[in-house]
Amino acid sequence: MFKRKDLLGLQDLTAAEITVLLDTAVPMKDVITRPIKKVPTLRGRTVVNLFYENSTRTRSSFELAAKYLSADSINISSSSSSVTKGESLYDTARTLQALGADVIILRHPMAGAPHLVARAVQCAVINAGDGAHEHPTQALLDLFTVRERRGTISGLRVVIVGDILHSRVARSDIWGFTKLGAEVRVCGPPTLIPSGLEEAGVEVYYHMEEALAGADVIIMLRVQQERQRQGMFPGLREYARLYGLNRERLALAGKDALVMHPGPLNRGVEISADVADGRHSVIEEQVTNGVAVRMALLYLLAGGGAQHEADN
Amino acid sequence: MKLIIKGGRVLDPACGRDETADLYVLDGVISEPFAADEDTRVVDAAGKLVVPGLLDMHVHLREPGYEAKETIATGTAAAARGGFTGVACMPNTKPVADNRAVVEFILRRAAECGRVTVYPVGAVTKGSRGLEMAELADMREAGAAAFSDDGQPVMDAGVMRRAMQYCKMLDAVIISHCEDKTLAADGVMHEGCYSTLLGLKGIPAAAEEVMVARDIILAAETGCPLHIAHISTAGAVALVREAKRRGVPVTAEATPHHFTLTDGAVAEYNTAAKVNPPLRGEADVQAVREGLADGTIDVIATDHAPHTFDEKNVEFDLAPFGLVGLETAVGLVWTELVHTGILTPMEAVAKLSLNPARILRVRRGTLAEGEAADITVIDPGLEETVDPRRFASKGRNTPFAGRRLRGLPVLTVVAGEIRYERKE
Repeated sequence: MFKRKDLLGLQDLTAAEITVLLDTAVPMKDVITRPIKKVPTLRGRTVVNLFYENSTRTRSSFELAAKYLSADSINISSSSSSVTKGESLYDTARTLQALGADVIILRHPMAGAPHLVARAVQCAVINAGDGAHEHPTQALLDLFTVRERRGTISGLRVVIVGDILHSRVARSDIWGFTKLGAEVRVCGPPTLIPSGLEEAGVEVYYHMEEALAGADVIIMLRVQQERQRQGMFPGLREYARLYGLNRERLALAGKDALVMHPGPLNRGVEISADVADGRHSVIEEQVTNGVAVRMALLYLLAGGGAQHEADN
Repeated sequence: MKLIIKGGRVLDPACGRDETADLYVLDGVISEPFAADEDTRVVDAAGKLVVPGLLDMHVHLREPGYEAKETIATGTAAAARGGFTGVACMPNTKPVADNRAVVEFILRRAAECGRVTVYPVGAVTKGSRGLEMAELADMREAGAAAFSDDGQPVMDAGVMRRAMQYCKMLDAVIISHCEDKTLAADGVMHEGCYSTLLGLKGIPAAAEEVMVARDIILAAETGCPLHIAHISTAGAVALVREAKRRGVPVTAEATPHHFTLTDGAVAEYNTAAKVNPPLRGEADVQAVREGLADGTIDVIATDHAPHTFDEKNVEFDLAPFGLVGLETAVGLVWTELVHTGILTPMEAVAKLSLNPARILRVRRGTLAEGEAADITVIDPGLEETVDPRRFASKGRNTPFAGRRLRGLPVLTVVAGEIRYERKE
């Protein structure tokens, strides 16, 4: 079972724990495909979305996940909160706990911020993305999507392409897919590949054609224009030429390869429009599945699991 | 006051003396033997090491300006408790110690409330901004022991070269915090496997090594004595070793945290292990130990950098660099270097007393008769678990809390006065 207080990253989880989360998300997906998408499971629980970075996708996904489970949820964004008054993250977290939060979902631009909050409070803390560290629920929804389509993760060849250096999605995907037995390759320009990555059990490629050979899953990462200004690569044009996923490159992968992207897309940069909308793409399914895995996580962390056991 | 330290193993690296003997102190200086009377304090040092007073040449006392972190009173109390009879304090105070007035202020406060001798280090450039040379000669006259823009490397090679040329007439060393800002950028820990896993921005070893190489070239050219602060990478140790072989006037120091811990200590975003230069990889730690053993690294200094609890209880990126070291240094040297056979007790004592005294050109670091009675007594077998709540320093920011140390200071004597005595 899943007996943790927090979900800070997939690095800490065992394969068995990840599998419990994915299994729990299966009935949750049933709930959100019903006409009336609501179950009373977390009635009376309070979920706080504490977002220090702009996010539409992840915040809405968590908010809806909480609502479908009948939890009360509130959103706090950095622009509207005490953050702008200079309150420390520690004090903000303690305040939210004192207000009665059962779960704090934290998105923060700095790696390790959820660890600080998790140490500060007794309630559950979910990492909704911290700097370049981890984005565990994104990886869970990626795993869920692949497992649903392919039946298994083990033995698959997964290729992550793009700015690995700054990507929390890449790190969480690396942990999730390797723990469940997939072979993970990363591909990008050397300036966007962090040092020592091989020690995490992945293969590093600089040339997309080599990396894509025989791929079962291709995860394209969003490239930030800001990185060009920082001198990490010469420009979007050359980047798209070297690392853009188009039809010709996709043909190098396995014939049933899944194309994934955490969004939002830079169409024509890291992914061509025809591939993003083509038959290999599961990008929209990822979004739907994101709600299901976040419901599963809230259920397991907010005491739903304990309640369930008591009912039995 | 008269003092006799009886029956200890006296180690004096200045003359190689290593024998069981009694040490006599009269009127603040080491004296010839005298008979004890009722005014004489007699300390039994059987089984202990009696060594020249330890001198930590890299300390941040924070006063003036950052008294919430540390003051001259608390910092020197921590020094005494750590077995140090003297500390050189870095100029990154507020205001920066870049002129005679601040140097004199520090010396006056040290005379008023210091527990140990304070040797102020003056800034190399005005405001440590790396642009214009500070009034080095005036500060030297006022009592600045050395010059450094510690924490703020002098990025402009032309400015550094002129400062080194200028310093030659002052008989003072320039202490260089070697860090190329364009390579370190906004990194917060060593660049390597751990920074990748933690998603934290890395400071590459090259950021230190590029600057060590530059400053060695300038020292060779100008003839100005150069001291490399807190050396932390294998490449930097190799550069210093090679430069010394060529006769370049360069010396180097290493900190206990850099010869003890790796970047793995940052796991779980432990801000107590956030320090600059950062804790490095395993090979770097080994290289620092080898550099200490073969004499490439002359000095062990702490880079004692106190911060308040709240300053460190924040996101890792926002936490200030630095950790406290005065009260764990001797324990770490003995536990990690002496008991493991990397350094003899005599070598360890030289790196903690005689060598820094020579580099700072202060007349300390020996137990010869007639010299100032700065003495430290170390019990090499005494064990203790590090408990920051017992520190005399205001700073509790140590990554060594809970660590078992063996070999601890038990007595600190400054100019014949007992400034710390361990109570069992």
